[in-house]
Amino acid sequence: MAKMQEPRHHRSFSITRLIRYGWVALSLLLVACHVDMYDQPRYEPYEYSAFFADGRSSRPPIPNTVAVGQFQDDPHFLTGMIDDQFATTLPFPLTADVMERGRQQYNAFCMSCHGLVGDGDGLIAQRGPLVVTSFHSERLRNVEVGYIFDVITNGLGRMYSHAARIPPEDRWAITAYVRALQLSQDATLDDLSPEERERLVGTESEEQ
Amino acid sequence: MAQIFKPNANAIIRVSIITGILLIIGIILTMVAIYRSTYYTEVGVAKAQSVPFSHKHHVSELKIDCRYCHATVERAAFAGIPTTDTCMSCHSQIWLNSPLLETVRESYRTGEPVQWSRIYDLPDFVYFNHSIHVNKGVGCNVCHGQVDQMQLVSQAQPLYMGWCLDCHRNPEQYVRPREEVFNMEWAPPENQLEMGRRLVQEYEIKVENLSDCYICHR
Ligand code: HEC
Ligand code: HEC
Ligand code: HEC
Ligand code: HEC
Ligand code: HEC
Ligand code: HEC
Repeated sequence: MAKMQEPRHHRSFSITRLIRYGWVALSLLLVACHVDMYDQPRYEPYEYSAFFADGRSSRPPIPNTVAVGQFQDDPHFLTGMIDDQFATTLPFPLTADVMERGRQQYNAFCMSCHGLVGDGDGLIAQRGPLVVTSFHSERLRNVEVGYIFDVITNGLGRMYSHAARIPPEDRWAITAYVRALQLSQDATLDDLSPEERERLVGTESEEQ
Repeated sequence: MAQIFKPNANAIIRVSIITGILLIIGIILTMVAIYRSTYYTEVGVAKAQSVPFSHKHHVSELKIDCRYCHATVERAAFAGIPTTDTCMSCHSQIWLNSPLLETVRESYRTGEPVQWSRIYDLPDFVYFNHSIHVNKGVGCNVCHGQVDQMQLVSQAQPLYMGWCLDCHRNPEQYVRPREEVFNMEWAPPENQLEMGRRLVQEYEIKVENLSDCYICHR
């Protein structure tokens, strides 16, 4: 059988080559990046913004304004004050749930400095040089609950404000728990019911 | 008329079919490899931060609760990143002169926020909410790993959809009592499934529609 050698036809060869290998480029196009839906033109909380001069997308509130729905007209609840006097009561009834919430929040926000029972010997205080006040002094046992709320809200001396991190209802729950700590650390045997005294004295004598 | 196919056409066709198939397989394998590699998932890859903040130091040695710094994690979708004020509540007294904290002090002086590099970042077409998970007994370390042992935070797993669904279909494998959510040492007990089923009922977790698309893509 005769084999005929044709001279190469350059144009058609490059077209077949294009068709033969074009799919590689085509499939690359198909897997092309689709980052537009991954990173949509909106800000996530605290995301950097090139638009504002200070780079913050979360805008700080404008001074002397109140956000819609944020206005609350209850100075007792928000400041711990009634007619410029520290309140002596909680703004809502004290229940076991409130006390339990107070315990959890105290352990999260106060314990590292003030210690488990409020002696002022939390891990941070133990390492120093921060010296932390104990709750168990005559003066602090007799302050109004509104005062404790005010210390959490506005800070005092070397202690910073916690208002930005703890909402008011939780600050009140913590206040109640601090009061409970003060009572428990200042309790005498006479405060216990006869059965409780029995249990306590019983274990003590067992230990001896 | 000239022959269209030259004698070596068969060989060329064979070779190009085989290379074609190999190429496709190759591309697929490479894409799978990239998709699984730490380059794409960033699992275990720590990022440089402007302040060398150590969770190991603050959480496992100083026993500071997650909420002290990630204060909105129980209440909001966003866990919250601590403000300069939060760091300064201690560091205005502690390690006053440490050069490691210069960025924090400068931010406090000027009011310019400290910039942190994000570690966990879902695509914007996925909705996620911390508060519901935390309040229904899903612990931080189920999703974030042992943050308390990390000097710099890195991702513990890649945030694939399959991973979210694995739990949303059978949450009883993971849920724990609410008060243990922040406990980084908590490990599933032997009767996890039994306890999990009880907690799923108690916390009224609606398993039936938890894997519907609209839950996460809304
Ligand atoms: C970073 C450590 C730190 C944390 C956290 C902290 N405190 Fe304090 N606290 C202090 C220091 C320091 C003082 C002493 C302030 C002073 O007199 O300069 C103090 C003082 C107080 C006082 C006494 C005020 C007085 O009149 O002497 C109360 C009450 C108090 N803190 C309550 C709380 C409560 C409640 C929390 C939790 C929400 C809390 N603190 C969290 C460090 C801390
Ligand atoms: C003393 C403050 C502090 C405490 C306490 C703390 N964190 Fe953090 N956390 C930070 C800071 C600051 C960052 C941002 C810098 C970084 O990523 O390391 C961060 C980042 C993170 C990130 C990565 C966020 C991202 O960029 O995607 C996770 C996850 C995290 N923390 C989990 C936890 C958990 C879980 C706990 C409790 C066991 C905890 N943190 C306790 C300050 C704290
Ligand atoms: C509740 C108190 C407290 C808070 C809040 C706190 N720190 Fe610390 N930090 C400490 C203590 C205590 C040390 C260690 C001092 C020591 O080792 O004796 C420390 C050490 C450090 C160090 C030194 C490096 C190291 O690991 O030893 C850096 C950096 C640091 N903190 C950054 C931060 C940043 C950033 C924040 C805010 C997100 C922050 N800290 C919040 C108490 C705190
Ligand atoms: C069900 C899984 C899950 C649990 C449980 C969980 N996280 Fe997250 N966390 C995520 C995901 C997913 C992201 C990324 C969110 C995004 O990109 O929108 C994230 C992001 C974060 C961030 C960065 C800021 C943000 O909100 O995007 C911090 C800080 C954080 N988590 C801390 C915590 C802490 C503290 C806990 C425990 C109280 C916790 N997380 C529990 C899945 C979880
Ligand atoms: C370890 C278990 C677990 C993992 C992992 C998990 N979830 Fe969840 N998720 C839950 C539970 C439990 C609920 C509560 C459902 C309820 O109360 O009905 C929930 C609820 C939700 C809700 C709210 C549902 C509603 O009804 O509004 C969203 C949104 C959500 N998850 C998104 C995600 C995303 C996105 C991921 C992956 C990044 C994820 N979850 C990973 C356990 C998990
Ligand atoms: C529990 C939360 C959750 C549910 C329910 C869910 N998804 Fe997803 N989905 C995700 C997450 C998280 C990703 C991002 C995965 C990634 O980044 O690799 C994702 C990614 C996707 C993607 C990939 C988009 C892309 O471009 O990569 C598709 C498509 C998708 N989901 C479809 C669905 C469909 C259809 C359903 C209902 C059957 C569904 N999802 C239900 C969490 C969820």
